[in-house]
Amino acid sequence: MPTSAGSTADSTVPGDGASGHDDAHPSYLSASKGVASWLFTVDHKRIGVMYLVCVLSFFLVGGLLALAFRLELSTAAPDLFTASTYNRLFTLHGAIMVFLVLVPSIPATLGNFVLPLMLGAKDVAFPRLNLLSFHIYVLGALFLIYTLVSGGVETGWTFYAPYSSTTDSSVVSALLGAFILGFSSILTGLNFIVTIHKMRAPGLTWRKLPLFVWAAYATSMIQVLATPVIAITLFLLVFERTMGIGIFDPALGGDPVLFQHFFWFYSHPVVYVMILPAFGVMSETITINSRKHIFGYNAIAASSIAIAGLGFMVWGHHMFVSGQSELAGTIFSLITFAVAVPTAIKVFSWVATMYKGSIQLNTVMLYSLSFLFIFSIGGLTGLFLGTLAIDVHMHDTYFVVAHFHYVMMGGTLIGFITGLHHWWPKMTGRMFPELPGKIGCALVFLGFNLTFFPQFVAGARGMPRRYHEYAPEFQIWQFWSTVGSFVLAAGLFLIAGYLLWSLKRGARAPRNPWHGMSLEWQTESPPIEHNFDHQVICTHGPYDFEEIDYSKA
Amino acid sequence: MNLQTESEVAAVPEGGVPDGGVPDPGEDHTHLAMHFHDLDQQKSAAKLGMWIFLAQELLFFSGLFMAYFAFRFLYPDTWLAAHELLDKRMGTLNTVVLLTSSLTMALAVRACQLNDLKSCVRYLWLTIACACGFLVVKYFEYAHKFQLGELPGHHYRFEGITGGAPELFFSLYFMMTGVHGLHVLIGIGIMVWMIFGPIRRGRVSSQQYSLVENVGLYWHLVDLIWIFLFPLLYLVR
Repeated sequence: MPTSAGSTADSTVPGDGASGHDDAHPSYLSASKGVASWLFTVDHKRIGVMYLVCVLSFFLVGGLLALAFRLELSTAAPDLFTASTYNRLFTLHGAIMVFLVLVPSIPATLGNFVLPLMLGAKDVAFPRLNLLSFHIYVLGALFLIYTLVSGGVETGWTFYAPYSSTTDSSVVSALLGAFILGFSSILTGLNFIVTIHKMRAPGLTWRKLPLFVWAAYATSMIQVLATPVIAITLFLLVFERTMGIGIFDPALGGDPVLFQHFFWFYSHPVVYVMILPAFGVMSETITINSRKHIFGYNAIAASSIAIAGLGFMVWGHHMFVSGQSELAGTIFSLITFAVAVPTAIKVFSWVATMYKGSIQLNTVMLYSLSFLFIFSIGGLTGLFLGTLAIDVHMHDTYFVVAHFHYVMMGGTLIGFITGLHHWWPKMTGRMFPELPGKIGCALVFLGFNLTFFPQFVAGARGMPRRYHEYAPEFQIWQFWSTVGSFVLAAGLFLIAGYLLWSLKRGARAPRNPWHGMSLEWQTESPPIEHNFDHQVICTHGPYDFEEIDYSKA
Repeated sequence: MNLQTESEVAAVPEGGVPDGGVPDPGEDHTHLAMHFHDLDQQKSAAKLGMWIFLAQELLFFSGLFMAYFAFRFLYPDTWLAAHELLDKRMGTLNTVVLLTSSLTMALAVRACQLNDLKSCVRYLWLTIACACGFLVVKYFEYAHKFQLGELPGHHYRFEGITGGAPELFFSLYFMMTGVHGLHVLIGIGIMVWMIFGPIRRGRVSSQQYSLVENVGLYWHLVDLIWIFLFPLLYLVR
């Protein structure tokens, strides 16, 4: 296989042998059969796979919605949709991508699958709670699907009051969907925190945890502490619409800016729920494919916690032009800049990890490098928007749209795709083919940048977001953006194609195809039902790779 | 209260496990879930899970408290005038009732630890009785306000208050006490289920009382939230 890591890794890596299941220890995929054995399983691996199927399906739906309105935007005149339909399309695109795709993307799928394996545990601390959280996710998803088929919402995914409390579209079902999905997220976070505290294998101390686990821990903290606030906010908004309680309605003395405060108190930290796990994936993939101990382990671990903490204190930067006081704006701006520090610590640490590493330029590493490039642009343009004076001009322009797509799509989803490839052999027992993988990565990278970079330019030149008909001088940027979105879609369909192909035809994966040192690589691919056939005892760190022999270079 | 599903049902003995040691080989391990090494691990996981659950409960209520403070700051005179419409005697009575229920809950946990399941069930019934009493008093308070039209938002019809946005006070009053009342109701449901489910089936004892203890923690939180609601709503100064 061209995927195998290079010369520096050899059979001294524990558990490096070929994978083989015997009858006494069938893989988790064949341990029991039937639909019910999946839908009501308490096995974290099966739950992770079910989440994966759901998340990818909704990613397809959200992506198709985006392609539909990208087509509309390719010309300045309105041609395909009415203004109202266009508003519904981008609202559902946003709501589906945020609540059904981005938030659960890495924690609920890859996290559920690999976290207990990385800890050397047989399962998460509360397996039935884990299943419940999946069922709640499905229930919430049904509400959003109902919203989609019953005419949709046109409020934008932010549900700003008082428009959301007065418009006659299906806001209530969308709110209830998001409300229910929040509890799924809380329960996953709760489960992960307890799992990380209580389920670690003997010898696996906090400072031997893979950095993906640290990232999952910080993420879970945010999920548990921020999500209940959006829950009560959406709950109040439901009552606002159905009973007219008026808390966010200025006509009754209520305050719509209060809604924005509540909304962003959750929705800014949740940005870190999305991006921190992607950081965790990068810490794994960049290090493994550099064959070198990670640079700044403690700094990366601590910066995850720092980002989670600071992330709670920056929500006001979404409201610089909503009428909050100048003092508040200044403080929020300052703390926003502070978030850049731990984030930059991570990026520099990854780059330093690659320095003098033995870099394997495989598909996973190419994605990781794409992430570094794209996320750096996304992060740095965030500083523009965190600057008070510039934000007044940039607010609600395509610059903002481009910024958060560079972070959410280019950061989180490319991180998700990276992790999916990295753990694909572990999850399915099959290798994906390298060449289509690299072509897919190139298409995604080019398509992504072609889609969103022109939006920076259009936004900087003053094009506001959320208009389906716009001034003709922006058409050139919007046109190329639409072209890019189809290149991006081609890349994503190619990835879907070869991943599905590999399920049946891919080469059998060995236990440890990338020669990793963390515990998940010590069990079979795919793992047996209870993960390990013996009690795991952790004797080494997750990045204790063999010394690189520079004399050969 | 989803936490009860997993860990606490398969609750854990305490006495059988010496501090930090290996479980006594003669002990019954039937309630040790497959994925735990030992009962200590299972028990401490259940407890940590419950505390994290309580943390998210607090954050859930925090939104209501923030809204309360925001509007109290905007409309201080209205708040002062509107709170006079709440019945302080009923509020005080409910505070006493709920505090008593916390005491009986603590006694139930204590009885369980002493393996006196009969007393445990008796104290749980007393707790349930107090909780029902609380809801009955609340019912009379609500009914009175419905009658006078002291209702949330655009249902508000009462004309006795001058000043801005008295309907907001009642929006928050009904939302805060309503969400709290919902928690009381859920607590009653869990206690009844516990009596007829795990306790009757012999899955609770002095060896394994995590379930009762965690429900107790939940109940104390419900009580604690009322301790904040009562002065904020009834005793504005």
